Amino acid sequence: MITLEGYGWRHAGRRAWAVRGVDLRIERGERVLLLGPSGAGKSTLLHALGGLLPDDSGEAEGVRKVDAEHVGIVFQDPQSQLVMSRAGDEVAFGLENIGWSADRVWPRVDEVLHQVGFGYERDRATAALSGGEQQRLVLAGALAPRPELLLLDEPTANLDPAGAALVRRALRDAVDADTTVVLIEHRIAEVLDLVTRVVVLEPGGGVRDDVPPHLLAGPLGAELAAAGVWVPGHPAPAHHAANPPGDTLLSTHDLRVRHLSYPDVTVRAGEALAVTGPNGCGKSTLALALGGLLKPAGGEVRSPDGPPHRWRARALAGRIGSVFQNPEQQFVAATVREELALGGTPAGRVDELLTRLRLDRLAGANPFTLSGGEARRLSVATALAARPRLLILDEPTFGQDRRTWIELVDMLAALRDDGHGVVTVTHDPDVVAALADRTLELGPTS
Amino acid sequence: MTLPTAAPRASLQRSDALLARRTPVAKIVFLALFTTSALFTRDVAALGFALVVTFAVAPLFGITPWGLLRRGWPALLGAATVVLSLALFAADRSGTVLVDFGPIVITSTVLGNALSLALRLLAIALPSILVFSTTDPTDLADSLIQHARVSPRFAIGALAAFRLVGLLGDEWRMIAMARRARGIDAGRNPVRWFTLFASTAFGLLVGAIRRGTRLAVAMDARGFDSGLPRTVARPMPWRPADWLLVAAGALLAAAIQLIAHR
Repeated sequence: MITLEGYGWRHAGRRAWAVRGVDLRIERGERVLLLGPSGAGKSTLLHALGGLLPDDSGEAEGVRKVDAEHVGIVFQDPQSQLVMSRAGDEVAFGLENIGWSADRVWPRVDEVLHQVGFGYERDRATAALSGGEQQRLVLAGALAPRPELLLLDEPTANLDPAGAALVRRALRDAVDADTTVVLIEHRIAEVLDLVTRVVVLEPGGGVRDDVPPHLLAGPLGAELAAAGVWVPGHPAPAHHAANPPGDTLLSTHDLRVRHLSYPDVTVRAGEALAVTGPNGCGKSTLALALGGLLKPAGGEVRSPDGPPHRWRARALAGRIGSVFQNPEQQFVAATVREELALGGTPAGRVDELLTRLRLDRLAGANPFTLSGGEARRLSVATALAARPRLLILDEPTFGQDRRTWIELVDMLAALRDDGHGVVTVTHDPDVVAALADRTLELGPTS
Repeated sequence: MTLPTAAPRASLQRSDALLARRTPVAKIVFLALFTTSALFTRDVAALGFALVVTFAVAPLFGITPWGLLRRGWPALLGAATVVLSLALFAADRSGTVLVDFGPIVITSTVLGNALSLALRLLAIALPSILVFSTTDPTDLADSLIQHARVSPRFAIGALAAFRLVGLLGDEWRMIAMARRARGIDAGRNPVRWFTLFASTAFGLLVGAIRRGTRLAVAMDARGFDSGLPRTVARPMPWRPADWLLVAAGALLAAAIQLIAHR
């Protein structure tokens, strides 16, 4: 099905090879989990297998043979994969592209929607679906042409635990036995029973290990955990507050934002509060309201200095640091150093932050070219620049490998122990276990 | 992260009103004939006729005349502004004087010109609202491909891009909030306001390009524009009623011209 011999790919304009020296044979019907720390080239390899690296976008070496007429691919973010505005049309899209006639299309659409457990009619607006439902629809679209090869690039990374479970169940139920599957996933505990083989890429190039899944329980598992892969049985170290919480930094009373109402929340110095709940329950909106970025529709956010949404931006940045889910939305400047210096941060403070968050080597780099982990560290650094006492983070660990994750949680714990208030919106149960002193669980939209 | 805005409609039903469910390309041809004729007409009676027809056929598109007025309020506002500004500032003040009040002189010519311009605006805007607000974007793309031989690469590509445009509003609000969180706001300084606006717009553009690129890759991955002959899953027959609609457009266009040159 797949033969790679000494395969390598270098993106145009880059000095380093994204993947190199990969020798790999995958037979029909195999289920392969592709592992490796950040930067090992997993995504690039998957793109190569899917034929999504056009010749003019870089340079290839070695042999790449993929013997599959149809290849189905599912990426991380359902929002940037959905093409049509109706669920049925979305599944039909791929079939139209390969020339199926209309009388064959619709029975197949209904069949595959049923297989992935999509519970709505064809007319359902794709915009009205939850993330997990959207991703199941994307999977249905990928499976509709009966692909011989299915490639999955962290299909559950953007979803809450319930949505991720829906997608895994759909994968289990809807993929035919003779379909070859290649899967990338950071969190492997939940997918190990879906695969028959684990391939570990070496960051410098080549395949480091090629083993059956049960071997991850042994020394290899410990090695991979140290290299940044989430391996079951290797939990992250927990940090709980050394000191009792201090004064109250923020509190809410009968808070309503847009159509959502919230239970009362108190945020104290020297304490880490986790806000959890299913997708769409208004966690992010609460973070924005606490951060003085959204005006409450009713009730209030109280602080010793008055309601945060009334403060001037300058004062706000000095009191509350907000870290958004998507770091790129926060970047304004052309280099990492300018990004930190923005708004008059003294040069000494900039250097301190660069060192503390290990960004000193990247001071001259463009923020938009950073890797996921680096961009996350920079967004935390910018929020800390004006020395706010309260830090509010939205899904800070989202999409991070184990090493970056541990670094980030260590850093937040250290900030908390320095007397900062830390509020983390998260659907990552490990963050709650490792960091939170208190948890606020929001129910489905009230 | 998504912001809670108005909940989107869960199920996308198409209007089944007699004219609303005509083939989109037929509706557009009808609209083109009708509004082009109105565009080249200055006669108030002919334009009045066009507007009466528009309101008369509105229920056939599933929109009440009152509903059309509500949807068309920007056009109504525009028409009112045209009448007011021409009445006050028009250069050609020949004809019988109707109002003479200090600097304000309104003559029959002024009033005729103003009225004609305002009616022309409405006779183009309101029928367009009627046609486009009752046309599903997916149907429009399908019909353009099947009846106007537009390339699927363009029509489906535009359709997908159109869906992303809907996300830009949320994205703009997020970037603006992110700027505020970084301590950047314009306060009352107009120059700063402008630079902030420009940098937010740039951030939006960068984000839109990234998202668009990802969508394009996802579409490629599903075999879009791969050189295989593409089929249509929603065949849309061109019915006799569509010919009738086009013919009605031609007749009404002629009628407007006849009234104008009576």
